Amino acid sequence: MRKIKEFIIEKLILLCGLASIFFVILIFIFLLKEGLALFKTVGVDKFLFGQKWYPISEPAQLGILPLILGSLLVTFGAAVISIPIGVGCALYIAEIAPPKTKEFLKAGIELLAAIPSVVLGFIGMVTLVPWVKNIFHLPTGLTALSGSIMLAFMAMPTIVSIAEDALYSVPKSYKEGAFALGATHWQTIHRVILPAASSGILAAVMLGIGRVIGETMAVMMITGNAAIMPNSILQPVRTLTATIAAEMGEAVVGSEHYFALFAVGIVLFIISFAINVTADLFLHKNK
Amino acid sequence: MRAEKTQKIAFFFLLLSTLLIVIPVGLIVVIIVQKGIPAINWQFLTDIPRQGMRSGGIFPAILGTIYLVSGAIIFALPIGLLAAIYLSEYARDNLLTRIIKLAIVNLAGVPSVVYGLFGLALFVVFFKFGASILSGSLTLGIMILPIIITASREALESVPYSFREVSLSLGASKWQTIRNIVLPNAIPGILTGTILGLGRAAGETAPILFTVAAFYLPRLPQSISDQVMALPYHLYVISTQVPNVAEKVRYGTALVLLVLVLFMNLVAIIIRYQFRKKKKW
Amino acid sequence: MNKRIFLTIVISLFGGLAFAAKNNNCLQIKGSDTMVNLVQSWAEKYMEINPQDFLAVTGGGSGTGLSSLISGSCDIAMSSRFITSKEIDLARKKSIEPFEIKAALDGLAVVVNPKNPVSKLTIDQLAGIFTGKIKNWKELGGPDASIVLLSREVNSGTHVYFKEHILRRGNPASTEEFAPAALMLSSSQAIADEVSQNTSAIGYYGMGYISSKQKAVAVAKDDKSVYETPTIDNVIKGLYPISRPLLIYTNGEPKGLVKKFIDYALSKEGQGIVVQTDFVPIK
Repeated sequence: MRKIKEFIIEKLILLCGLASIFFVILIFIFLLKEGLALFKTVGVDKFLFGQKWYPISEPAQLGILPLILGSLLVTFGAAVISIPIGVGCALYIAEIAPPKTKEFLKAGIELLAAIPSVVLGFIGMVTLVPWVKNIFHLPTGLTALSGSIMLAFMAMPTIVSIAEDALYSVPKSYKEGAFALGATHWQTIHRVILPAASSGILAAVMLGIGRVIGETMAVMMITGNAAIMPNSILQPVRTLTATIAAEMGEAVVGSEHYFALFAVGIVLFIISFAINVTADLFLHKNK
Repeated sequence: MRAEKTQKIAFFFLLLSTLLIVIPVGLIVVIIVQKGIPAINWQFLTDIPRQGMRSGGIFPAILGTIYLVSGAIIFALPIGLLAAIYLSEYARDNLLTRIIKLAIVNLAGVPSVVYGLFGLALFVVFFKFGASILSGSLTLGIMILPIIITASREALESVPYSFREVSLSLGASKWQTIRNIVLPNAIPGILTGTILGLGRAAGETAPILFTVAAFYLPRLPQSISDQVMALPYHLYVISTQVPNVAEKVRYGTALVLLVLVLFMNLVAIIIRYQFRKKKKW
Repeated sequence: MNKRIFLTIVISLFGGLAFAAKNNNCLQIKGSDTMVNLVQSWAEKYMEINPQDFLAVTGGGSGTGLSSLISGSCDIAMSSRFITSKEIDLARKKSIEPFEIKAALDGLAVVVNPKNPVSKLTIDQLAGIFTGKIKNWKELGGPDASIVLLSREVNSGTHVYFKEHILRRGNPASTEEFAPAALMLSSSQAIADEVSQNTSAIGYYGMGYISSKQKAVAVAKDDKSVYETPTIDNVIKGLYPISRPLLIYTNGEPKGLVKKFIDYALSKEGQGIVVQTDFVPIK
């Protein structure tokens, strides 16, 4: 009797183990099911490279290039801000901070990671946006820059904690060897430890970027949502994520607009899939 | 000498980087607390919204968030825990395991709005659950699955192998060993993961936008096929769509959400800390 | 032992919820952001008089409301534009017969910051501004500053109405669009907020959203006509050139709870609430 019960439980465990693969495939299938239907009426190249996004006009113009560029611009800006600061902070925590401060800082970073994006979007709206507008004398503070700054805050915890893990796992012997040869702490850091941890740090950066590209609420509230081909970071942009969130309510289930938004979802899924797989490869190389 | 100077400058910049993260975060929390506290009173927390959500309270949103989060955990915890047990106790070092781990990493990285689309396509439309607590919870559940699996797996793997060896050598079966020896010792870590998952589910907006969130419901949900208000969506709506909401109401809502999420994370961190200190091995 | 008690509580909480039948007395109203405050006020007052009925009001834009009506997920759609023939076809395919009721009137206000010296514009000038052909306030007699265009999202009936009647001058063959540089804001309130803090911004929304923080521009059909501001009087007399009806769509002729609510909205008391929310009553 017990043997049968155990057999069932162990089969259940196996099933659950396979569950994650099942869900990833399921997500992909459903995105494809609804998104590929778009390409019966709109060519793939017109969709990906078209420069006008007017989804409710007759006929609808469904080019997502401005949206792709908007997402890329905001992400790039966030990367430029968050990578140096994030890696710097990880270095500080891993190598320089005294033990008590270290615990405190690590907890603080985790708490930052926990702040919901809608709260950060709200704060960005009421504090950052007017500030950007005044500092740069812009017609409006709803710009890609505001989005980048806020998104950098969301990427930094990811970058800091994974980079810190990577730095922590550099063998102590490397450090000791360098000190024995008379190197200062800083020389050891930038000539020995950083290179040794480089693939882990790279993975950290990629996962942080992956988080940023997928961000929805904060960008929707502070980047202005203008589907133009961006030519400066001080302009409003519209991202792939904000487009889906803002327009899905309007799209009747089964309409071309509905399929188009799912097609945008496919693009997002593929981008995040690519980033995650690459980052995972780097993490494994490190180990 | 020059090397010393370079070090001083470099270390200064590293400290600066840390401050650049810590100080704005502190400021954000302080601003929200300062401007939100005036709105917090018993009425705010227990009343329904009135006057087009400009006054009254946010109780339906709080309750809605609690329902959604509970539903998500009911779905994610059993599956996640069993998946973690598989990975830590049964999986061999082969291609299948590698693919499973890759799948988990991917689930963790899927943008939240894509989860919303998926929930819409699968639960709302295909299964015809409609916009409901059921759809919303299931969507959130899949979203937090990787968090639960990863944390639980780490907890299980940190139980020393010797514990298992002793149990098996005494004649216990594999499952008995897991159930009576490994699991109980991993509970703090599993608990940490669960709470972190809850915190994440409570704060997400995009997955619930098309699967459950309602703008204004005058009364509490009666069944799992009802729509529900939720704190993150409510904050979004009163920040961008409702005219003339008093500033303190907006900050108050942000404060309640922030306190809820940070509190859960703090509890998780404390459990983990205590666990590490008291580890018997 | 404790685990069992806990589990029992959780299961009964959810069990209770899971098996409760879907309540028939809840009306779902969705749609126009322009109308959402008006309809919510109606709903609140109605529920005071009829405490056993429940109404849930959601915004999201006219397009969202109509698409909900078509999908069957709401009972009443609020819309600040007319339903399109495409939507009617889609509805009929899903066995929904849209029934139109005029609930109130609205003068579509074009607003600028109170510090902006420009206070009157013709429809041609408005079209030029919002399609991006006129880019600087100095072309209109204002300061030398780039015009910041604020628009609603595509799901907004107001957006569609503005595009059809101002940008395209009511010509169905026109292909004019909003300038790509126009900021798509998620609600009328967001436009109101931005206009009140930005001296170069111009936006549009239903007259119910005008407050002392914005200035409504006087509009004329052409430069030979009189410039009129969007007041209740001007709309009733038909003097304000961009007026439109605010509509309610139901599935078939209203019956039961739907009819009760709509009767209230069209009653003297309901129309009084229209005036209170700064819109124009239908009679």
